Amino acid sequence: MSNATSSAIAPASPSTGRPGLWRRLRGHQGRNLWFAAFVAPFLLGLMAFVYLPIVWSAYLSFFEARNTVNPTRFVGLDNYTYLLNDGLFIQSLLTFVAFALFIVPTTYVASLGLALLLNNLRWGQAFFRSVFFIPTAVSYVIAAIVWRFAFFSGARFGLLNQAITAAGGDQVNWLGGTNDLYWVALVSVRLWLQTGFYMILLIAGLQRIPQETYEAAALDGAAGWRLLRFITLPQLKATSVAVILLLLINAFQAFDEFYNMLGSIGSYPPYARPPLVHLYLIAVGGGQQDLGVGGAGTMILTAIIVLFGVGQNFILNRSNT
Amino acid sequence: MRQQKFWLGVRYVVLVILALIFMLPFWVIVRNAFSTNANIVSATWQWFPDQLNLTNLRSLLENDSVGILRALGNSAIMAVLQTGGTILVSLLAGYALARYTHRASKLMLGLTLFTLMVPVATIFVPMFIITAQLGWVDTFRGLVVPTIFSAFATYLFRQYFLDFPEELEDASLVDGCNPWTSFWRIVVPNSKGIIAAVGTIVLIGAWNAFLWPSLVGRDATRTVQVALSQFMTSQGVRYPELFMGSLIVVAPMLVVFLFLQRYLVQGLTTSGLR
Repeated sequence: MSNATSSAIAPASPSTGRPGLWRRLRGHQGRNLWFAAFVAPFLLGLMAFVYLPIVWSAYLSFFEARNTVNPTRFVGLDNYTYLLNDGLFIQSLLTFVAFALFIVPTTYVASLGLALLLNNLRWGQAFFRSVFFIPTAVSYVIAAIVWRFAFFSGARFGLLNQAITAAGGDQVNWLGGTNDLYWVALVSVRLWLQTGFYMILLIAGLQRIPQETYEAAALDGAAGWRLLRFITLPQLKATSVAVILLLLINAFQAFDEFYNMLGSIGSYPPYARPPLVHLYLIAVGGGQQDLGVGGAGTMILTAIIVLFGVGQNFILNRSNT
Repeated sequence: MRQQKFWLGVRYVVLVILALIFMLPFWVIVRNAFSTNANIVSATWQWFPDQLNLTNLRSLLENDSVGILRALGNSAIMAVLQTGGTILVSLLAGYALARYTHRASKLMLGLTLFTLMVPVATIFVPMFIITAQLGWVDTFRGLVVPTIFSAFATYLFRQYFLDFPEELEDASLVDGCNPWTSFWRIVVPNSKGIIAAVGTIVLIGAWNAFLWPSLVGRDATRTVQVALSQFMTSQGVRYPELFMGSLIVVAPMLVVFLFLQRYLVQGLTTSGLR
């Protein structure tokens, strides 16, 4: 059957002796057709819900588009200059930098610490691994509920305030914005939720280090910290780079715990706004939907995250050569 | 030798303390879910619940402004559809990306890796515009369809299939299968482990998702996370009900996680990030 179709579409090919266009498209034994069949659903979805949105928001970003997706007034780069002059937007980028500076190293060190504690543990390893891994199954919303109302409640019944007052201190307004202590809550909630996941990745990395490397180093008299410094960490480099990049990308996407720990009905304080929260508030969450500015914001954030990826590749390639 | 034993002891003491800290949030949820409000806001911290019955559950179920049962149903439908859809789409694409190595395949892999780098959350504004244009706001289609084209799942499957022995498929092709039937009869039945691993990640992510459902799932399709989030910031919030809600929302995922953890660990460590 397939022979009939191919000759019908490419009738000229037999005379020249070259395979016809259709036959070339099909590939050997229809390989290309099978590839297309397997990939088509994913490709179409990716186009419709990832690439088309990016292109569309690039288009919208050059127009004034308030509450409409069919804008008519071309404004050039106005939406971009508006955002770059929007103090809160710049602030949100700085908030991300501050947040990343807190969360990326602490999560990496905590995950590595747990992985090292568990590595080669003979008794109870599976149990402890599960205990540290299981917060992965909890949502940011639920963790925010616990953190906001039980641990970091500004009222005197919050667990931390109870501990502080029991020690003779004054009760602290953790999330109210009168001080910078909300960072403690924001960082600790994320630590609890994601440390176990990265611990699993790092345990896998540790187990790929050949045992002989350690034996050889031990023969040379290395032990303890020196073993960690000169054997474990260098051998763990590939995993570490992947973990740190994932942590950065995840920090960039921070939304749920900020929104749920600091927001209240329809409003969000001006401090501790990561980029996605600010974009949400100006583009879809607030009273008016400014899709032109939303599009420009999306383009800027996408550009930043692509730069991360490029920068990471650059660093990787340089350190490998 | 004695010194080694000492350090092993220290290691276990540290592990037990850390384990207790990691379990504390779960204990607080359970304590508050079975406490009166007075017990929760007590001037001295109460470690134990004071109302070990279903009073809080009953008042939560009767609280129409939360609508927890409906939200649970919505979340279940969304999570199952999203997991099934993601696995189907990504399994096919991941397999093709591993097996075919011509130019189109490399281009497709590039498109996938780029999406891996630009997370969906970053482009939620234009994604929402598209979904609204399709008239999908407050429908299950809107909640599910835009989220099932996961570069992450596709990439994990591709990594797995790179190591999958091609001889199995070659044998089935000789026996008269075509690539499609060979995929379903030979490849899929031998990939249950990785399917379970990716399925667990997607299922937990879908059940726990907040940003997208809060934009798209308005009234008819409000999910549990959105319902709890709205309840916690509302004027009429009652702590015992809020924490009882948290308990029944987190419990199914803990069960799923405990059962499928083995596959998850295997999937992440063998095929995942290398």
